[in-house]
Amino acid sequence: MSADLHPITLPNGKKLEVHTHLFINNEFVPGHGPLIETINPATEEVICSVHSADESDVNAAVEAANKCFNDVWRKVAPAEKGRLVNKLADLMERDKEELAALDALDNGKAYTVARDIDITESIGCFRYFAGWADKIHGKTIDTVADRWCYTRHEALGVVGAVIPWNYPIMMAAWKFAPALATGNCVVMKTSELTPLSMLKFAALSKEAGFPAGVVNIITGYGQTTGNFLANHKMVSKMAFTGSTGTGRKIMESSSASNLKKLQLELGGKSAQIVCADADLENAAVMACGGIFNNHGQSCNAGSRILVHSSVFDKFMELFVKATDDIVLGCPFAEDTFQGPQISKAQFDKILNYVKIGQEEGATLYKGGKRWGDKGYFIEPTIFTNCKNSMRIMQEEVFGPFVGIATFETIDEAIAIANDSTYGLAGGVYTSSVDTAIRVSNEIKAGTVWVNTYDIFDQSTPFGGYKQSGFGKELGKYALQEYTQVKVVKFQLLNTGL
Amino acid sequence: MSLTTEFTTTDGYKLTLNTGLFINNEFIEGSSTIETVNPSTGQVITAVQAAGEKEVDLAVEAAHKAYYGGWKTSNPRERARLMNKLADLVDRDMDELAHIETLDNGKPLTDAKSFDVPGLAAQLRYFAGCTDKVHGKVIETQGKLSYTIHEPIGVCGGIIPWNFPLAMLSWKIAPALAMSNTVVIKTSELTPLSALRFASLVVEAGFPPGVINIITGYGHITGDLLARHNRVSKIAFTGSTAVGRLIMKAAAETNLKKVTLELGGKSPNIIFDDVENLDEAVFWSRLGIYMNAGQVCCAGSRIYVQEGIYDQFIEKFKALAASGTVGNPYDEKTIQGPQISERQFDRVMGYIETGKSEGATCLLGGNRVGDAGYFIEPTIFTDVTPKMKIMQEEIFGPVVAISKFKDVDDVIEMAHDTDYGLAAAVFTSSLKRAITVSNRLEAGTVWVNCYNQISENTPFGGYKQSGNGRENSVYALDNYTQIKAVKINIGL
Repeated sequence: MSADLHPITLPNGKKLEVHTHLFINNEFVPGHGPLIETINPATEEVICSVHSADESDVNAAVEAANKCFNDVWRKVAPAEKGRLVNKLADLMERDKEELAALDALDNGKAYTVARDIDITESIGCFRYFAGWADKIHGKTIDTVADRWCYTRHEALGVVGAVIPWNYPIMMAAWKFAPALATGNCVVMKTSELTPLSMLKFAALSKEAGFPAGVVNIITGYGQTTGNFLANHKMVSKMAFTGSTGTGRKIMESSSASNLKKLQLELGGKSAQIVCADADLENAAVMACGGIFNNHGQSCNAGSRILVHSSVFDKFMELFVKATDDIVLGCPFAEDTFQGPQISKAQFDKILNYVKIGQEEGATLYKGGKRWGDKGYFIEPTIFTNCKNSMRIMQEEVFGPFVGIATFETIDEAIAIANDSTYGLAGGVYTSSVDTAIRVSNEIKAGTVWVNTYDIFDQSTPFGGYKQSGFGKELGKYALQEYTQVKVVKFQLLNTGL
Repeated sequence: MSLTTEFTTTDGYKLTLNTGLFINNEFIEGSSTIETVNPSTGQVITAVQAAGEKEVDLAVEAAHKAYYGGWKTSNPRERARLMNKLADLVDRDMDELAHIETLDNGKPLTDAKSFDVPGLAAQLRYFAGCTDKVHGKVIETQGKLSYTIHEPIGVCGGIIPWNFPLAMLSWKIAPALAMSNTVVIKTSELTPLSALRFASLVVEAGFPPGVINIITGYGHITGDLLARHNRVSKIAFTGSTAVGRLIMKAAAETNLKKVTLELGGKSPNIIFDDVENLDEAVFWSRLGIYMNAGQVCCAGSRIYVQEGIYDQFIEKFKALAASGTVGNPYDEKTIQGPQISERQFDRVMGYIETGKSEGATCLLGGNRVGDAGYFIEPTIFTDVTPKMKIMQEEIFGPVVAISKFKDVDDVIEMAHDTDYGLAAAVFTSSLKRAITVSNRLEAGTVWVNCYNQISENTPFGGYKQSGNGRENSVYALDNYTQIKAVKINIGL
């Protein structure tokens, strides 16, 4: 039986110890599932093996969370819950570099990006929701004179969360922060591709002083560990971020088990619309980030760009220039913007879409091949002459891969943008207030960016329309995902005062 | 000139006191000085700088400059960070702040440590959590994009009393800062010291200069200047109803600045004969009037006891009231310290005389305690009638008037026979009674089976002449917000 702590050396020479066991009830305990090797996608080498959870481990975690909720966490004052969440944020701030390094190592994203975006935003998310903890208000509602009615917004109990590998800490923060602030206990399954940073987070949650059982972090495969969690009858809600396919399975599990509440944040094929009156320099830079940030591995990636035909040539010139400025390389190099894709499977899938695009008759304008000869790096890839019915314009590629089409009228652009089973996000670039408002009103998506892309705040909600899912993360809207409303109605007897 | 002074308390605690005016993150001299007295001994502690017209102008200008110089548009997360940091520093210096509070105000040190100073930190933290949660609405209108923005007001003045110096300071500054206003606070000239020590923490926390300014002076001079200042956009006042009127008048005569007032009270505490546990009702009732030596705006200074349990209540209440230690506030046993000043002492003793001359029975107390400091025995009047001065006027001391009542209509009529409406309490084991009586009482806070439970997350404020506006909780943000509607034509 291997020890929990495992020494590793980062590419920048720093030595760390990572946790490899499951975190249940404030302890690191061995798992009974298979050992899973986690791979450094920049080198294709194994970092270490981590324990995974089998059904008995999932049960243990859920039972610990359930016991803690009923006996302890439910009785902790809201302001104290907020204080603990703030303390956790303080500790993440203190250990920011280590957390960022683990994400960069395990996921392949640039260390500077992990540190300045992923970890920074995660800390901000915890601080934001800490402030809500003692401000969860029900209402008193006047009905008739001899009745007194009010609502309570109560915690759900045990919340199950399954998160993806694309933003290992940030996706966890978006679930943990509102869940804890509203008084729930959590069992989270991290992605087996990126388990390391959240095990460090687990240790911080214990150090912050959370009672045992509030925070439980396990990993394992989706079809096993994730499935056990989704089917567990003591789990009151599943919050899932990942593929639409897996989202369906989770919905089926809920239906088959205890009708647990669901929140699904799924895929997207978001369109960025570049109008004739757009500031093209701004649009090119923003649109470039919109698709190539995080190596294209974002659910809200602006993976279709629709350009008004009159500005197509100029836009392409600027867009390609912005793309050419992207530096690929080792995640720990200071100037790296784009690291490798997460895994061999994803790498193959993306390159296969290059083939599909060509077969469908689109023009491979740039990229389309591996970069370097080690690690799952793919060149930023641009297809033009795309028709919206093509697979490369309908299916989520989840890589540095964009399909570009032109349009003649705004109505056409809106129709193309909405011609998708997804509805996660969209963008419009224009200098006209009228166009900005009209297009953002018409796009069927949960977030519409105007003259920018991929900008997030803790206080504005995020979540999809259509098959991009349901439920909101971030902002006050997230609170209702983690609470249930009870109405209490007193009948006042023998009135006649 | 030195703007600090060393002082050692009677329990041996060494203090370094700030005595300047705190403007623009600096301590400066004022136009005059005022001596502040230790009410436990009657001795002068030190003299502090007082603000005249020049200094009030300086403070307001500093706040104005800070507001337009970045605080108005500051990142909410940064404001939250600063406020949380300030709360952490208050926690760190809890002991010292509590000692200064007890020295200057006379409240028992245990109260300062368990309520006043923690309350200051809790307010800062609560409102730190609000900074990035300010939401307007988007309102569906044809042909227009219409939305509201909740904006700060600007330079907000606050005039605070002497009964809970640090707590009252926090009630004014926390919501104002959360909404990105800047503040100029005038403390009471009777209790300037704890806020000035807090001012050092404001600098240490990293607040930009001018965001928080703390000055002192007499109400009729410094307070009046602040209430009339044309660059102060809002004034929040806690104190007597009489002065509240003057503040409203001052605003009316100058720039119609927004006014919120938290004034006096003569709150009724109603004990029904079906009270679950009479000993508990007695415990809360005693806390309700004698806490802080009766110097609480929402004190339960009129107790109404239903006929059936009147005698029992009186016997138990008298025994409990007589049992508390009134004296040295540094002593852990002490539950009641002195009145704040000689003037207040004389005023309370005057009301006791009035009560007696009006024909009420002084059942307990009525005398000074000891011969140094301004201590008064817990005092009970019975055989009172509704129109007696001691039943209508706010005494603001450890003096309670207890009456009998028959039934609920009778007591509600008596409870409402007052110009005030700050708080009220109901003791009963009947759910129906608890709810229906609470619903009927004209008061901003109604306690059921408890008293004086005040926290940062529930609103507090008065009906009728007890004031307007609410402090604490998210409701307080309304006092520091103005609403703009924006309507963009997109198809009209």
